[in-house]
Amino acid sequence: MPVLVYTENAEGKFKKSTFEVVSYGRAVADQLGTSLTAISIGNVSADELAALGKYGAEKVLNVSNSQLKNFVNQAYASVIAAAADKEGADVVILSNSFSGRGLAPRIGVKLEAGVADGAVALPETAGNKFTVKKTAFSGKAFATVELTSAKKVISLTPNTYKVEEKGGGAPVEDFAPAVKESDFRAIVKEIVRATDKVSLPDADIVVSGGRGLKGPENWGMVEELANLLGGATACSKPVSDAGWRPHSEHVGQTGIAVSPNLYIAIGISGAIQHLAGISRSKVIVAINKDPEAPIFKVADYGIVGDAFEVVPKLIEAVKTYKASA
Amino acid sequence: MKILVCISNVPDTTTKITFTDNNTQFNTSGVQFILNPYDEIALARAIELTEGNGGSVTVINVGSTDTEPTIRKALAIGATDAIRINAPAHDAWFVAYQVAQYAKQNAFDLILTGRESIDYNGAKVAGMLGELLDLPSVSVIKKLDINGSEATVEREIEGGKEVLTIPLPFVAGTAEGVAEPKIPNMRGIMSARTKPLTVVEPAEVKTFSEVLSYETPAPRGQVKLVDAGDPAKLVDLLHSEAKVI
Repeated sequence: MPVLVYTENAEGKFKKSTFEVVSYGRAVADQLGTSLTAISIGNVSADELAALGKYGAEKVLNVSNSQLKNFVNQAYASVIAAAADKEGADVVILSNSFSGRGLAPRIGVKLEAGVADGAVALPETAGNKFTVKKTAFSGKAFATVELTSAKKVISLTPNTYKVEEKGGGAPVEDFAPAVKESDFRAIVKEIVRATDKVSLPDADIVVSGGRGLKGPENWGMVEELANLLGGATACSKPVSDAGWRPHSEHVGQTGIAVSPNLYIAIGISGAIQHLAGISRSKVIVAINKDPEAPIFKVADYGIVGDAFEVVPKLIEAVKTYKASA
Repeated sequence: MKILVCISNVPDTTTKITFTDNNTQFNTSGVQFILNPYDEIALARAIELTEGNGGSVTVINVGSTDTEPTIRKALAIGATDAIRINAPAHDAWFVAYQVAQYAKQNAFDLILTGRESIDYNGAKVAGMLGELLDLPSVSVIKKLDINGSEATVEREIEGGKEVLTIPLPFVAGTAEGVAEPKIPNMRGIMSARTKPLTVVEPAEVKTFSEVLSYETPAPRGQVKLVDAGDPAKLVDLLHSEAKVI
């Protein structure tokens, strides 16, 4: 009864979260004493598919139906559920990405499976229980959920499981399940990708600005610091509410919850709603002129000072560090 | 156009989250409950879409009597009528199943949910409803326009967006950008008292998940402060001590 993982790609290239999901799937399969099958949908090259073996997949099902070139969750859910049936998989794992959030519930209903969304750790499978720790209350807590159904669906929070290379090659098998016409009612007309920017949910480093930056005209230094570090830019809610930055950059309880290795908060005081969205960051740096700002209560490193003086100096220091590295 | 908006009753965003009964129950003591902020966006867009064109906005909630103030708020904002499925919202599957039973008996042109609730963050109800009703579903949408019997939506993807067209009816999970939440006015508050709120008993359904326990994130250590004049020291610490750059 293998574990099945769905490997998400963007324009034919697997995403970083895909390797996390395969590594996680490998560990779950080992825990259950079973094998790991990966399914890929879309136009992914044979080399790229075979490389999934490196992360522990033992077999790759490749679906290359041209109708499935673009992501349509209804059709993709049908294909993944069909693969789970074909493989006799009890556990289906995917990323809790924007697409994963559309897919997991549909697959859950198709398989009559409980869905643990936003898993942050490996499941506990001792005894007869199957429990998964997941985020709750928008990052203010975790819940341990028992899945009591025979089949289980787990969506893994990006950046919470380490990519591990512990496998060899994986044979690639074409898979062409029948898909109903009615699964294609939603039609993708256009995909707009900001190719030069690091995607916020996947980013290892996030540089975020708040009201302390006074206006959108001052975001140049946030972007420069993020670019230098290879990170993504983000903002607090008042900033996106004021229209200084797009809503897609808003980090917090009602925005994106991030889990980077490094989160740099510039001019952000640290309202409880903002702290909820950053609580899974490995290291938090705060730059704020108010030494009493709540952000310093959660930060690992801090600078009390005026962002307009500190950040340009920090940019210079990063440039010097990079030149010497 | 008939629109169904699924709403949930969640702790206010300023709530400090604590637990009781050996960390098995959420501590509701002193907690103010509100209409889920993402559901407010869904409701606001539903009202905009029906304004001037006729039609109705029905809000539906799965919850005990204590969710009624939140339902009345949705009516005050401008929903036409409300349904409460009389059961605690056990999990997303339970909620989606109950809403689907109601939606099967009452044809809707559009079903909206918030992209997720801010308590369990499952983001599952929209997709489960789509599957249960055999309708298309699209999650985390930032824009929703309707032209005749077809909608154009923008869906968030990592590092960009996707534009889709979808024929009505379908299910969508809305996020910021779809609409600005509306604040109830006095007339709305007064009329909400007399708008119909129908209580429906839940259908029987299997359970697939149980929350066993909760925990809060481990407290972080003391902040290490670096002099404002010496950011190079910070870079050094991030490299050599924290090992994140």
